[in-house]
Amino acid sequence: MNIAREIFWPLVAVLAAFVVGGLIILLLGDNPINAYYLLLSNSFGSLRDIGWTLHYATPLIFTGLAVMVAFRCGLLNIGAEGQLYVGAFAAAWVGIMFGGPFFNSIAQQEENWSWVSLPAFLLVPFCIIAAIAAGAVWGAIPGILKAKFGSHEVINTIMLNFVASAMVAYLVQYHYKLPGDAIQRTAPIGDAAHIPKINEYLTFLPHDVPLNVAFLLALLMCALVYVFLWKTKWGYELRAVGENPSAAEYGGISPGKQTIIAMTISGALAGMVGIGEVLGKEHYLETGFSAEWGFLGIAVALLGRNHPLGVLIAALFFGVLLRGQIFVDAFTPRVSKDLGWVLQAIIILFVACFQIYTRSKGAKVRA
Amino acid sequence: MNEVFTFALIFAAIRSATPLIFAGLGGLFSERSGVINIALEGMMLAGAFTGAVVTYETGNPYIGFIAGMISGGLLAIIYAVACIQFEADQVVAGMAINFLMIGLPSLISGAVYDSAGSTPQIDKSNLLPNFFNSLSIASILAFALVPAAWYVLYKTPFGLRLRAAGENPGAADAAGVRVIGLRYVAVVISGLLAAAGGAYLSIGQSSLFTISMTAGRGFIALAALILAKWRPIPVMFACLFFGFMEALTIQIQGVVKLPSGEDIPVQFIQIIPYVLTIIVLAGFIGTSRAPKALGIPYRKEN
Repeated sequence: MNIAREIFWPLVAVLAAFVVGGLIILLLGDNPINAYYLLLSNSFGSLRDIGWTLHYATPLIFTGLAVMVAFRCGLLNIGAEGQLYVGAFAAAWVGIMFGGPFFNSIAQQEENWSWVSLPAFLLVPFCIIAAIAAGAVWGAIPGILKAKFGSHEVINTIMLNFVASAMVAYLVQYHYKLPGDAIQRTAPIGDAAHIPKINEYLTFLPHDVPLNVAFLLALLMCALVYVFLWKTKWGYELRAVGENPSAAEYGGISPGKQTIIAMTISGALAGMVGIGEVLGKEHYLETGFSAEWGFLGIAVALLGRNHPLGVLIAALFFGVLLRGQIFVDAFTPRVSKDLGWVLQAIIILFVACFQIYTRSKGAKVRA
Repeated sequence: MNEVFTFALIFAAIRSATPLIFAGLGGLFSERSGVINIALEGMMLAGAFTGAVVTYETGNPYIGFIAGMISGGLLAIIYAVACIQFEADQVVAGMAINFLMIGLPSLISGAVYDSAGSTPQIDKSNLLPNFFNSLSIASILAFALVPAAWYVLYKTPFGLRLRAAGENPGAADAAGVRVIGLRYVAVVISGLLAAAGGAYLSIGQSSLFTISMTAGRGFIALAALILAKWRPIPVMFACLFFGFMEALTIQIQGVVKLPSGEDIPVQFIQIIPYVLTIIVLAGFIGTSRAPKALGIPYRKEN
């Protein structure tokens, strides 16, 4: 059966990674069964666990979709990390400059940095559009560079990641930080820019769970990306370039144009990470807030076999690991939460290796 | 300005360039043979961690340095098996290696030293020695390796075959070159050298390993490699330039001011290597052509 074939190798990769990880835990002098029990059993036991797991999965759904869309066009977007930073900063910037007065917790006084104070029904969409647009622009740059100059998107997106994090660090440190704040973060965004947490609707969900409506947006995006790629003419053209650029060109589709479109959409999806993190959870932007989500998006897309449903499942699985590693850290004598990193790395490595068995169909990254 | 441009700055530039030259030369071998090396960062971290641990345990920085290099070589074997044997996407496999080296050192150090953030401090007398006040023995080695790499790549049969494997593996194979074997060797050399750069960071420049202490230097080395158009001598100059930039960033803190009286934001200088790479790749400053078969797995045809 087709579905069985799709999930076979990702499953083998995950199991193999757990075996290797188990050997490492044994070598460190700890009990792998205990560590894995802690890692996997703390994600679904209670409503709080489920809420946190879904929260951890949210940014990975966005970045997984971002990497996936580019990959379907034959492009490897290593730049989701930079795109999400730029998007998150844009959301925070709009939230500060149009958010009205806020309480400065350092100076202990009410302040107002904003030009105009917008009401929530205007401010929230404005912040969201800013995040998406900024991510899209940051993604479009390597797309244009590839289409116009033929320079490779992998190198350019790596370089743009560093440029994005340096730029955001500069803007935070020199322009948008509360004077005297020891943490490198922006001033708080206006209250009107906050988006609701899920526990405001589902009041039985514990109040400390930061899961917010960005998760629902992520689910919506899975559906939209599916419809776009497989049910529209534009999606067909984008995939045609990924499958075979010269055949697509012969059929009247411009690979350059599709490259720019794919990278723009990819960047926009990555930029959406800022919606959940800035508008939903923290209500400010802290430099270095992303735990390499952009790069994990590559793992999510690969493990999810470059399909939106697969991306969703893979992101939830990584959410489980991110939730569980905290308990491994706390309740094993020797294993720290870095076990999560190691397992993720080994999973990526195995998935990449096993592609040799599954590569026959679908897009292949263009050199 | 005289407070800034001093001998101290030149020495600081050489110190900053040292790990970049090791990693840049490492990347050179791998990429000239046709294997992309995004994993330089992870290989450097392997060298930095192992170098620090072995030096701490044995009290001998030379053993530490060599052990660090070997750890990079071993990691490179894993990378080579994935990229060459399994024909894995080299960029993805490289990112996986980098990820592994974010987590594995902390995991080990957390279990062994009960501190996941860093390894124990090494006694100052057990670090790699300096000459002329502040020039590390590792820096001298790095600069000595530049002509050596040039000689190996351009003047030996091994170098010729290696470059052929990266340019036209099919033709090289037909001429009797063992492309697969050569690529393995090249990737392992790459791991040994990049790890040497990492080891210098933990037991030369610093005195312990901290998480992700390479701070993107593997990628700066990659940028230098591209700017240098994959040639050894220019790699050295590109690394020196980036090293100079890093040293300058530290040196001008609180000394040089903008006309408005504010400090020059360090971020403006930090992004120079990255922006320069993008510009060069786009062909605005000359053209930088990668080895033709870079990133393409080679499968022997029967």
